Amino acid sequence: MTKYIIRRIVYMFITLFLIASATFFLMKALPGSPISSASKLPPSQLAVVEAKYGLDQPVPVQYAKYMLNLAKGDLGNSFQFKNASVTDLIMNRLGPSVLIGSQGLILGVAIGILLGMIAALRQNTIWDYGSTLIAIIGISIPSFVFATLLQYWLGVKWGLLPVALWKDGWMSSILPSIALAMGPLATASRFIRTEMIEVISSDYITLAKSKGASGFEIAFKHAFRNALIPLITVLGPLAAGLLTGSLVIEQIFAIPGIGEQFVKAIVSNDFSIIMGTTIFYSVFLIVIIFVVDVLYGIVDPRIRLSGGSK
Amino acid sequence: MEKILEVKDLELSFHTFAGEVKAIRGVNFDLIKGETLAIVGESGSGKSVTTKSIMRLLPEHSSEFKNGHILFNGKDLTKLTDKEMQKIRGKDISMIFQDPMTSLNPTMTIGKQIMEPILKHRNVSKSVAHKEAVDLLRLVGMPKPEARMKQYPHQFSGGQRQRIVIAIALACNPQILIADEPTTALDVTIQAQILELMKDLQKKINTSIIFITHDLGVVANVADRVAVMYGGKIVEIGTVDEIFYNPQHPYTWGLLSSMPSLDTADEKLYAIPGTPPDLLSPPKGDAFALRSDYALKIDLEETPPFFKVSDTHYAATWLLHPDAPQVDPPLAIMERMKKYPGSRYYEGTEGGTY
Repeated sequence: MTKYIIRRIVYMFITLFLIASATFFLMKALPGSPISSASKLPPSQLAVVEAKYGLDQPVPVQYAKYMLNLAKGDLGNSFQFKNASVTDLIMNRLGPSVLIGSQGLILGVAIGILLGMIAALRQNTIWDYGSTLIAIIGISIPSFVFATLLQYWLGVKWGLLPVALWKDGWMSSILPSIALAMGPLATASRFIRTEMIEVISSDYITLAKSKGASGFEIAFKHAFRNALIPLITVLGPLAAGLLTGSLVIEQIFAIPGIGEQFVKAIVSNDFSIIMGTTIFYSVFLIVIIFVVDVLYGIVDPRIRLSGGSK
Repeated sequence: MEKILEVKDLELSFHTFAGEVKAIRGVNFDLIKGETLAIVGESGSGKSVTTKSIMRLLPEHSSEFKNGHILFNGKDLTKLTDKEMQKIRGKDISMIFQDPMTSLNPTMTIGKQIMEPILKHRNVSKSVAHKEAVDLLRLVGMPKPEARMKQYPHQFSGGQRQRIVIAIALACNPQILIADEPTTALDVTIQAQILELMKDLQKKINTSIIFITHDLGVVANVADRVAVMYGGKIVEIGTVDEIFYNPQHPYTWGLLSSMPSLDTADEKLYAIPGTPPDLLSPPKGDAFALRSDYALKIDLEETPPFFKVSDTHYAATWLLHPDAPQVDPPLAIMERMKKYPGSRYYEGTEGGTY
């Protein structure tokens, strides 16, 4: 197991290196630079500014410098926010994003699993159709439509929860979390339903029944764990998607999260923030995928990872 | 001769999109304490459905008892609630399934799976259940049972898994053990081991076994009595000798003839022509008549009742009616009958009674 984890961590660094390189050259291939938009300056002064940020040097040199700094954990400084370090900027913004992202994920997956279980156990009844309907709504209506609906009804009409902004502490996180939860809810409920139906018709469930297990025991002791496996597979990308997917939601609810900052950085060509955020997202995704692989082994003993203990 | 289970006029249908499939069309049999009753027949004849209906393991929304009773110790199993049925399953009646590769939960240690019925049905502590589970594993011949309790099904071979399934089935010393083709998915040497094990265990705990199979070799090895099923009905029932050496129903003749034998010199193995009846609209009369070389006109009109051959031997064929013409069975069957004192072709000298 340790051997496996070490090997995986090495691979993770290689992946990260490739992503950082690709992003860097893609950025350089884009037209414009952080200062080009604000270039009312005469060319001579523009050159001074470019020299200050090292933008006048050839691309390979810039690349080498960036990668060296990255290796030291330095993501560079922002162009737009008075030279604030990108690491600090991301960290300051991380809290709200992680809060609404994780709340949305947990809420969505928990309710999704519940709906999926009900649908599978009450197959072809009104319960099943109801859960399917919710899933279809959750998948087909984009989260920003939900966001505005939630804002209108719960925020404006009934005045129950803050409409937007990040001023009322945790209360402010409720609406965006619900808006974010719809996607994972729909995905989880469909996956669990399909898988549960298959698991329930398998031989070992019949055997469990023939032992005298009750319906509840069969669903939760025997079937649930086996039905979880495919959900875990999609859970990783889903989790990463929530953090990135909150770009739009953060904009709508005016939440000072990473997503909002990312969007602004792209608009103003702020290289270092774009690079930094991309790398941050990548690290997040890579780590999640790693965690998912380890989770497999815990849920399904047949996938105990290689090189492990016997 | 204490009857432990009585199945009377059992009729069961499945509701499908195509219509009502009459899977069991009036099945009658008794199970006697301590005996092994084999149910044989081709795929779709209703063997598995009959036993699954005894356990009430068929999907409730699509299957329906149309008629009849299943009496177990005086209780009609068709009328019990789910809760009452759960108390019987695994405790009084338990089951061994066909494919050991898929009948164990892959994400649960086998120890837990064996302990489950013990904890469920008997008021014992976890440590007692654990000890009993280890004993059960030892009983079914698993080496190092202590260590293997913590392992998962994928760490066992097919034969070992079937031993585990048997251990689970025997956990509460059931009065009836239903074995639904327990050796079909195993290779021949393992098959022999599992059959030996089952015979051994039956002697030890004196349980009654219903053994479903389409392997007549296995039947000869394990069964006391045999019921032959065709088209959702039992067509012939008798002791193992009566079925093998004095068969009366043309379908039993066909079954026995299509079994490869070392005695006959025939190059070509016999196969019953045609296909099983469509139980969406079951044929009138004897369901086998259309595939039978020995069908009488009445076979297409009226369902034959059971005719008594001996006290233990009954067959549902018009050929046994006093007015029926004398028909000689196929040669291979006649050869068999010549060895059986009770049959009309007996050539031995041991007298006519058996």
